[in-house]
Formats: sequence, C-alpha cells, structure tokens
Amino acid sequence: MKISMDIELTDIPGQLVLALKPVSDLGGNILSVLHQRDKKTPSGRIPVQLTLEIEEQGLNRLVERLKERDVNVVRIGKERLKESMMVLLIGHIVHTDLGETIDSIDSTGFAEVVELSLSMPGVDKKSSASVTLSAIGKEELKEALNILERTVNKKGIMIIPSI
Amino acid sequence: METKLPKLVRISIVGLGNVGSGVAEVIRRKQEEITRKYGIDLKIVGVADLPGAVVDENGLSEDAIRKFKSGETAEDMTTLDMIKDVEHEIVVETTPTNVENGEPGLTHILTALESDRHVVTSNKGPLALQYVKLMDLAASRGKELKFEASVGGAMPIISLVKDNLAGNGIISIKGILNGTCNYILTRMREEKLPYEHVLKEAQERGIAETDPSNDVAGRDTAVKLVILANSIFDRHVSYGDVEVAGITEITSEALKLADDAGYVIKLIGEVDGGGSGECLKVAPRLVPKDDPLNVGGTLNVATIKTDLAGDITVIGKGAGPIEAASAVLSDIIGIYR
Ligand SMILES: NC(=O)c1ccc[n+]([C@@H]2O[C@H](COP(=O)([O-])OP(=O)(O)OC[C@H]3O[C@@H](n4cnc5c(N)ncnc54)[C@H](OP(=O)(O)O)[C@@H]3O)[C@@H](O)[C@H]2O)c1
Repeated sequence: MKISMDIELTDIPGQLVLALKPVSDLGGNILSVLHQRDKKTPSGRIPVQLTLEIEEQGLNRLVERLKERDVNVVRIGKERLKESMMVLLIGHIVHTDLGETIDSIDSTGFAEVVELSLSMPGVDKKSSASVTLSAIGKEELKEALNILERTVNKKGIMIIPSI
Repeated sequence: METKLPKLVRISIVGLGNVGSGVAEVIRRKQEEITRKYGIDLKIVGVADLPGAVVDENGLSEDAIRKFKSGETAEDMTTLDMIKDVEHEIVVETTPTNVENGEPGLTHILTALESDRHVVTSNKGPLALQYVKLMDLAASRGKELKFEASVGGAMPIISLVKDNLAGNGIISIKGILNGTCNYILTRMREEKLPYEHVLKEAQERGIAETDPSNDVAGRDTAVKLVILANSIFDRHVSYGDVEVAGITEITSEALKLADDAGYVIKLIGEVDGGGSGECLKVAPRLVPKDDPLNVGGTLNVATIKTDLAGDITVIGKGAGPIEAASAVLSDIIGIYR
C-alpha cells in the first residue's frame, strides 16, 4: 500500500540515507522525498516527508527500525485520495449485500467509496445508486473500477461508468 | 466555344424503400446542379424491389418509378439480371439490413462488383459480416464500394476520416450511433418517465420500430462499430467480437442521480485501434453535461480522437430517408472526383 510519512532527522550529514535504507531492506519502494534542509523543528531536527509503497506487514517493522536509528516518526498516513470518479449502479443493490460491495473497494487500501446515493422506488423494483470512488492515483482508480465491475457483475447489477 | 459534355453516370437502385426512394428523389432534385458542379450526368436506369426490377436505358421518370412502386407496372426482369445485364456504372444497394447472413444485400453487392460496377450502400449487414471479402473483391475489380450512409446516416464520418483527416493517426472513435436510443434516453431524462412509457411514445411517433430490439439492445450500434473498426482501424472484427449492452435496464432514477451530479446517460459505442487495451464495446455511459457528446433528441454524434488534429466531434441526423440519401449522393459524387 501507499503510505505518506512525516519523519524528523537529527541534523547530522548522512542521516537521510540512513533513514531510507530500511525501506528498501524491507522490500518497499520510495516514491517521493521532500527534504527541507532550511526548515527545522523547535528541537532542532529536520522534517522530511516521504511517500512510499510497502506491504502492510512491513510497516510496523519499518517504524521500529527507524526508531532504532534515532529517526522520529511523527505521522503515518495512507496516501491522500486524489482521483475520483462517479459510476451508477442499477439492479438489486441492497438485496445483494451492499456492504460487501463497498467493502470490495474499501479493503483495497488504495481506494474508497466516498459517496453513495441510493434511490429505491419500491421493494421488489430495481434500485439505482450513484457511487463516487476515490483512489490515490489514476492507475489505482482504474483498478478500483475493475474490482467494482467484477463484484457487481457477479450480483447481476449493471454498472455505468463515465466516458 | 467548346463545351465539354458531362460524363454519363448510370445508376440502379436496389431496394426502393425509404432510403432508395430518397436517393431517387435527391438525384432528381439535384440533377442540374450536380452536372454543373461536378460534370456528371446522373441517370437512374433501373430500380428494384422484392418482386423484381424495372429498367429503362434512357432513364426512368419520376412517374415510372412511382407506378412501379405502387404496383401499377409489372417488373421487367429479376433484380440480379438487372444488376448483371443492364449497362450501368453504379449500383445503389438499399435493401434491409440483415446481420444473420447479410442477404439479400450481400448477393446484390457481390454480383454488382463481379459485374464491374461501383457500389454505394446504406446496408450494414454485408459490411458487418464480410467486410474484407467485399473490399478485396472491389479492389481486384478496380471498383469502389462506398458506405457512408451505413454509419451515422447524414453525419459524415467515414469520408471525414479517410479524406479530410488523411495523415492523422486515428486513436479512437466514440459516440452515439443510434438515434432511437438517444431519443428514448433524452425523453426519459427530460420528462422523468420510465423506459416502457417513452419507448411506446417513440413507437407512436415512428422513431422506434415495432420491434425495437435491435436498437435498444445495442445491436444496431454494435454493427456500426464493426464497420468503423474494419474500415477505419483495419481490425478484421465481426459482430460477435463486440461487447454489447443496451438501454432497457436504465431507470429514470438513475438518470436523475446522474443529472444531480452533472451527467447524462447515453448509449455509447467505442472503438480504438486494437492492440493492448483494445476496445470494441457498446454500453450506457455517463457523459458530462458539457461534453460535446451530450446531444439530445434523435441526433447522432461521434468524437474522433486523432494524433495531430486532437479531438474532432461531428453531429448530425442519423436517420431519415433524405438524410441517408445525402450520404449516398456524396458517395456517388465522390467516385468521380
Ligand atoms: N431509414 C434510414 O434512415 C436509414 C439510415 C441509414 C441506413 N439505413 C439502412 O438502409 C437500408 C434501407 O433502409 P430503409 O429504411 O429504406 O428500409 P425499407 O424502407 O424497409 O426499404 C427496403 C427496401 O428493400 C426492398 N427489398 C427487400 N428485399 C429485396 C430484394 N430481395 N430485392 C430487392 N429489393 C428488396 C424492399 O422492397 P419491398 O417493399 O418490396 O419489400 C424495400 O423497398 C437498411 O439496410 C437500413 O439499415 C437506413
């Protein structure tokens, strides 16, 4: 999964390299580093913002190893959901376990259902829903759409993506 | 003063229905103008319907065509004999579309090409099933097979891409290629009415056929997409390769939800050059209200994505006898330009 992390380094040369090494040691991938040498925290440390890709299980060990190297981890966050799209669903949306449908997206770690409007004209009639998906990037958004398509196709629900 | 005689172009029309009769009418209406502008003298020397053909090498009058259509005059010969034996340059093929086996149009077109005649058609069936075979035959005979009317009616798309956009790489085409579906979705949205209700209204107004299934199930759009895939993208695909969904499941609630979020729902056909991520599908899609593909009523529209010119969008009337005849006429003139 994609993680953003704010860390603070001691102001000694070579600290950044020292901090980044455990990421690759644990099979992760560094996506971006924002290193602001001229900014300092009140305690004299240097703040750095990292974006990285790492297995969920590796994350705790990464934090431990950073602490061992005297790196402060001040914030860990899932990467912000930057890309959004709306799709419509038509069919027996509620009867076919709406929770599971939403879960198929939320459990990815890179995308979420951020909005859902449901219109149910009658108990045995088909309902319609608009669903807004958000994901951390364009590729992830496409993948989230694929997952949703597969999930609802199995349930006989029609999906209408945008052009 | 030297006057150059206009070139005589003799034409037969096979299938004197809406479009065929429209072609006869526009030729009559535009005859002098066409001679003046393009130096060709169009003459209809034969027309054919299901029972057979009437011919006149001096040209059939409006009255003669009318009498044949109303059954007052009997046929002179079979349709195939007319195509083969009556001397003429162009066969206009406008019999009903059949996507099972392409007949009777397929045999008409094959016979015409084998008889060394150009063919201009509005009939989608033969093109969707046997595109490569037909084009190869036309090429081997040094004849033209043109079919602008088969996709988008009056809306220019085939010649737009082949002539005006020559030199561009065409990345994809997507659009609304069925006026009946567009009408139904437009009315459902405007009037907040259910599908069945609007379908009935469309049938009463003559916009949807008594059996609307080819249109509303997306099959008609799929057939047109196959023609675009083969003729513009050289994809060698047929009808069975298209992923098809129609509009019968669309609810007025869905249209309302879309509307609230700034979208409309349209039945969109989409085709690209194939290869990785290849696309050949017909499905209802959300279209942003400010997108050029958002056209209402029975209009057709297509956005052509090109590598040099960027996006080009054309809008036009997809159906109607005179509109389809306009495309046939421009194909006819195109052969002599
Ligand atoms: N209508 C449009 O706006 C439009 C637009 C674009 C493309 N098209 C395509 O153009 C074609 C014609 O459409 P249309 O609306 O004009 O259909 P239509 O009114 O049904 O006309 C078809 C004509 O073909 C004749 N025909 C049937 N079988 C024949 C045969 N074996 N030999 C000779 N003639 C035969 C019919 O004669 P009988 O009356 O004796 O049966 C009829 O006059 C179709 O392929 C359609 O998909 C139509």
